[in-house]
Amino acid sequence: MPVLEITNLRKNFGGVKALDGLDFHVDKGEIVSVIGPNGAGKTSFFNIITGYFSPDEGHILFNDVNIAGHQPHEITELGIARTFQNVRLFPNMTVLENVMVAQHCRTTTGIFGTLLNTPAFRREEREIEERAKEVLAFFGKRLRGYRWDQPAFVLSYANKRRLEIARAMATMPELILLDEPTAGMNPMETAELTDLIRQLRDDRGYTVILIEHEMRVVRDVSDRVVVLDHGVKIAEGDYKTVSHDPNVIEAYLGRPSEAHNA
Amino acid sequence: MTHTLEQIDAPASSTPSPVDWSKVQKWGVLGGLTMSFIAAIGMVTALDQRLIISPWLSLGFLTLLWTPVVFGIIAATEDAETPGVAGDRDVISGFVTGPLSGLFFAFFIVIIDAFDLTDIFRNLGPKLVELLTFGRGVGVAAALWIISCGLLGLLGGTLKIAPRKARSMIGAAAMSVVGVALLEIIVTDITQGLRIEFVADWIYALNGGLTPASALVIAAGSALFGLRSDGSTLAERRLERMNLDPEVRFRKNVVAAVLTILAVIFLPMILGGLTNDLLANVGLFILMGLGLNIVVGSAGLLDLGYVAFFAVGAYTTAVLTSPLSPFFTPGWTLNFFSLEGAAVITIVLIMAVIAGVLVGTPVIRLRGDYLAIVTLGFGEIIRILFLSDWLAPYFGGAQGITNVPSAGLGPVEIRGTSSQAMFYLIAAFVGAAIYVAWRLQASRTGRAWTALREDEDAAEAMGINTTAAKLTAFVIGAIFAGFAGMIFAVKVGSIFPSSFKLLLSIIILVIVIVGGMGSIPGVIIGAVVLIGILGGPTQQGLLQEFGQFKLLIYGALLVVMMLKRPEGLWPNVRRQRELHQDEMSQDAWLMEESSQDKDGDS
Repeated sequence: MPVLEITNLRKNFGGVKALDGLDFHVDKGEIVSVIGPNGAGKTSFFNIITGYFSPDEGHILFNDVNIAGHQPHEITELGIARTFQNVRLFPNMTVLENVMVAQHCRTTTGIFGTLLNTPAFRREEREIEERAKEVLAFFGKRLRGYRWDQPAFVLSYANKRRLEIARAMATMPELILLDEPTAGMNPMETAELTDLIRQLRDDRGYTVILIEHEMRVVRDVSDRVVVLDHGVKIAEGDYKTVSHDPNVIEAYLGRPSEAHNA
Repeated sequence: MTHTLEQIDAPASSTPSPVDWSKVQKWGVLGGLTMSFIAAIGMVTALDQRLIISPWLSLGFLTLLWTPVVFGIIAATEDAETPGVAGDRDVISGFVTGPLSGLFFAFFIVIIDAFDLTDIFRNLGPKLVELLTFGRGVGVAAALWIISCGLLGLLGGTLKIAPRKARSMIGAAAMSVVGVALLEIIVTDITQGLRIEFVADWIYALNGGLTPASALVIAAGSALFGLRSDGSTLAERRLERMNLDPEVRFRKNVVAAVLTILAVIFLPMILGGLTNDLLANVGLFILMGLGLNIVVGSAGLLDLGYVAFFAVGAYTTAVLTSPLSPFFTPGWTLNFFSLEGAAVITIVLIMAVIAGVLVGTPVIRLRGDYLAIVTLGFGEIIRILFLSDWLAPYFGGAQGITNVPSAGLGPVEIRGTSSQAMFYLIAAFVGAAIYVAWRLQASRTGRAWTALREDEDAAEAMGINTTAAKLTAFVIGAIFAGFAGMIFAVKVGSIFPSSFKLLLSIIILVIVIVGGMGSIPGVIIGAVVLIGILGGPTQQGLLQEFGQFKLLIYGALLVVMMLKRPEGLWPNVRRQRELHQDEMSQDAWLMEESSQDKDGDS
């Protein structure tokens, strides 16, 4: 049963067709990679799903609700979380605060509860903190102990990326969109994160869509790979099929020249 | 732990570096220019009658004489361009910088003596020449100025290399002599309250200022006090406090809070009317500062039209209570224990919320500079509306609304002219505001505001409704200002559109910036420094003498703060982090290195 079902999605920026009639779906518990050369429309695709742009045309059904044109915070509340291509943490908040603030849409205490310091408020604050620590524990000892109280900007690049995923998890989503989660990581960190992505699904039950350039990650985690080029889906299937697809090879490497053929 | 790598790597040189003559030249000339400027704007003439040490030193001359000392210290201080250890070069630098300033200033005196410039610069007339030459002719005066500036520069250079303890002793002595002399009014006020007038009579000379004997005693006393300190700087002490055990720190905070509350309760009984009035004004600005601090400091929305909400609160109160309100005249009394009073408070609250929503909604989608400009416009629009002929039948136009009656607390009347009662009223509101601001800071709402300030797009991805969060901040800020307006109306008794100028918005913003954005104690310190010491737009501060130079000093203070301490006097932890990211990153890196050494894992 598809969690996310997208039909005939179109988006133009001026004359540029970022997405040109895209059909796409993800089933529950699937890990789907979206790949494609630079400018293929991958990040625009994510931005449209999460409400940062509204599509010109097409339906985005999330659990049978059409979310096209909804506000980003509404979509997060419905259960889609995302990370950003260029890490966007709250740099001067601590690691723990970053994860605590992510539970905003799952908590309810308003100003009056806060001012009156009601038992409900105190209980909720405690829960927020506990849940934040629990989510951070997912990353082993990377984001624990003294790290909790460090401001996010002091973290290493890889840790920043991990914290971004932790933040996405803390919004308690059903579907997580990861935008190039391993960009800028060294091979060891990449391997570690590949395992974590798999655990996101296996242990935590999230459905995952990821944009990724690192083909080893794509090969290791994806149930299915979707290849975009110029806003059009040019191939779909498991990694092996897609990687041998002549259309895909052409999109990445270009068409062999006539002279070469001769 | 905040050394840069270069400092760590640089070999410690034991030989003093040569004097950096270009730097000395620069600061010497700058010192001369500063002195000439201070004389030219009329500070020396205006403050000549105000004595610090009777009859030798007046505040007017003091505004000149600090220059060679401070500039001597600056010229002697090593920076990136002049590395090396402290030594004779510092003394020499100071000793040369001083006379250079003096020479420049002497030249300035010669010029104003030779030419009559009063047509262009009103202050550069014979009166100033008379004052600066001590009536002894230009030649003698020039020599005197060069020599005295030289000595003061030498003092600066010597101070630079003096041991910390000596420096803190001299600093304490100088500060307390000047401080006690400037605080003459408040000290007299307190001694009268305590029925120990003879102390004030002994300290101060008949024509104002300290007597030489009392100056000596105060200097010696505070120098002894300086001897007690270990010479650590304020920043070091703060750092030490931050590293304290949380429990100890909590206990210290509680003690400090209790002491503050006791002081707020008992101090007004001792103080006289003038000082209480001053404190009441400070409180009013703290109230507004706390509100703006939520909007600008927490949520990061630069609102330059904040005075609009203050005006709405004041006008609402005036209309509801004044018998002379032109259109709608219920004539209620603002008795906090009566139904009418509750109605006034509720309506002020509702009007502030409506104003907050009305101003907030259209501007909420704007970011940064655009938001600032549009709110600035809204602030002016509201003032001009109150001033307009169109609304004059309702709000009295330029004549405003007069005869706003006093407030009350049950049978107790809180008259605007009774500064002690006013102080308690304002203190109660400030206390409530501090509580609200403090609770919100570490809550779900406060975190959402911070996230919004740090990265709006990412905040949206966290499920934060940015429009709602911004509007909440705007409305809470508006409520604080609305109540400040209500108290202002009662305190002053009459409301005119001219009380709500743009300058007020800017001064409240300066309070927040100087104090430390996002920091509650920062706002309090900022208001005390700016309103209490210098004075507000229409309110007098402790240094009444500086009244006409207030805006100049505000400006200078703001520039110095932005350069030297952009995080404010009492910064918010997060804001401090933001402005010192490089250093903190390095510290964290070192910490990681050491922790990895310990763990032995990678």
